[in-house]
Parts: sequence; structure tokens; C-alpha cells
Amino acid sequence: MAGSAVVVEEDNEKLWQGGTAPMKASYGKLMMWFFLLSDAFTFSSLLVAYGLIRYSHPAFEGDAENFVFSQEYWPIPDMVFNGFPLMHGVHWPLVFVGLMTFILIMSSVTMVLAVEAGQRNDRKAVEKWMLWTIVGGLTFLGCQAWEWTHFIVGTDGGGSLLDGSIFYGANLSMNQYGPPNFAALFFFITGFHGFHVFSGVVINFIIFYQTVVGKLEQRGHYEMVEKVGLYWHFVDLVWVFVFTFFYLI
Amino acid sequence: MEQETKEQVIIPVDKAKIKHIWMVTLYLFLITAGEFAIAFTLDASPIKTVIFILMTIVKAYYIMSEFMHLGHETKGLKWSIVAPLVFVAWLIGALLIQGDAIYSAIYGV
Repeated sequence: MAGSAVVVEEDNEKLWQGGTAPMKASYGKLMMWFFLLSDAFTFSSLLVAYGLIRYSHPAFEGDAENFVFSQEYWPIPDMVFNGFPLMHGVHWPLVFVGLMTFILIMSSVTMVLAVEAGQRNDRKAVEKWMLWTIVGGLTFLGCQAWEWTHFIVGTDGGGSLLDGSIFYGANLSMNQYGPPNFAALFFFITGFHGFHVFSGVVINFIIFYQTVVGKLEQRGHYEMVEKVGLYWHFVDLVWVFVFTFFYLI
Repeated sequence: MEQETKEQVIIPVDKAKIKHIWMVTLYLFLITAGEFAIAFTLDASPIKTVIFILMTIVKAYYIMSEFMHLGHETKGLKWSIVAPLVFVAWLIGALLIQGDAIYSAIYGV
């Protein structure tokens, strides 16, 4: 009993030096929150820039059935992102990104369960749920690699550029789907998000490793799991917005 | 003594807490399923856009409040994260108006 009381006092002193924790949060968790706030501004800027550029282009007038790719107007997302792995030439709008959303939300849930296990000092459960979270993150990255490949390679028919020539797929300066900025924004926004997922997987793996070798158990608490958990949920949060503004609207 | 402090006691699972996590997961899936249903049934219109944005904000609320645990932090922490987001609202307003102006300048409408 006396032993555990000593540990608590020591923790407090280490936490904020003055013996008290402002806003009842640890230094690391609070700083993670402020980092995520600044990261939220970065993503907001990218998504709002998408809004500005889309607003400065004409929208497609008419029924979605008659839609064809053109440099003259902004494409309808349903008509661009309608493929599915191993299903050539199908028109399944939103199905694949829906699956990606499902995968990312699931990996967020397993991360919540890892944090919950960490609060209970349950090392085995932390290992299990962290591993599932990493698997989810890697699966999402694989899906995104397919999505990019599909976008870059293009459709069988391609689309005509302003000079009348046929172009297949997309790069940063031109694409078959619509105005050049459409593909550029796709690469920047989903790429920046994908890079966050990638770094999230790396950070998750480091914490998973530290759990497995018993470093966190030795430390006496699993707060690192909570901190990387915050980052991982943020990545999921951003995807919810990317999904709406890039694929739904 | 030294040994005693380092010994880890595994606290048993609180079933209600786990159930709550899965309930939030269910809400997130239902909202996403709802977004799908709307995407395929309603024609493109400003109302559809507003519905999508509202559903996105509800999802964001659940992720931030429950998964990131912000809803259970102190009031000070909650507001120091949520209040600065008002700048994003300003950015949206400013840049969408600007986008409209660029469109008018190019296409003369």
C-alpha cells in the first residue's frame, strides 16, 4: 500500500515539475492535442483549397447518366471513383472508398480497445489490439495504393484534352477526368492523408514493439498507447472529412 | 518494496465500457450507411450537400468525443481544442466567396 502511494507522488512530480497537471492531462497528451489541432488546420487548408478551386470551375450541367469526361467542367466524383479491384470495367461508385472507410473505422475501434486494455495494465490485450490496429492500417494503405494505381492508369477509353488528343489516366499536370487541378488535388489531399496513415502505422508499430518487449510494463503505465491512439483517431477523423468532401459531394 | 511497486495488477474488464465502445462503432456505421443511401437516392442539390456535411460533423463529434475521449476531459482542455476551430469556419467562408469571384472573373457570370 505504502509502495503504490510513493509511485503516484513520483509520477505527479515528473509530470509537470510543479507537482500539478494543468487541465488534469499529462504533458505528453496535452501536447499531442495541440499538435493535432495544428495538423487539423493543415488539412482544413487543403480541403478548403479544394472547395475554392472547385468553385472557380463550372459544374457539369445535366443528368449524371449523360456525363462524359471533359476539361471544361469539374467531374462528378461518382463517375471517376467507380472501380473495384479485380472487377474490370464495372460502375460501382463509392463501393471501394466505402470499404476503405469501413477498414479505417474498424482499426480506430481496435485502437480504442488497445487504450482501454492499457488502462487496465493488460499487456496481452494491448499486444492483441495494437496488432489488429497495425493490420487495419496496412490494409488501408494497400487499398490506397490500388486506388492511386487505378487513377493513374486510367480507363480504357481515356478522355480528350483541350487540344483534342486522347489522354489516359492522370499525372500532376494533366488528367483524363477533368481540369488539371482535379488530379493535382487528388494526389495532394489523399497523398497527405496516406502519408499520415503510413507514419501512424510506423508509430503504432514502435509502441507495439515496446509493449511486446515489456518496456511499457516496466514503466508502470501504458500512456504511450493513449498518445499514439490520439494520433491514430485523428487520421480516421481526417478520412471522414476527405470521404465527404472528395467522394460524396 | 521495490518489487511490490513494479508489480502490475490486471484490472478486470468493465463490460459496460466495452459495450459503449461498440455502440459508438454502431452509430458510426449507421451514419456511413445513411450517407450511402442518400448518395444513391437524392439528386445533387445544395440540400444534399448540407445533409452530408451535417452527417460528417456528427461522425466527427463521436470520434472526437468518445474515441479520442475529449468529451470526458476537463472543460478547459475541451474548449482549447474546439474553440480555435472557429478559424476554419472563417477560412471556409473567405475562400468559397473568393472561389465564386474567380469563377465570375473567368466566365463573366
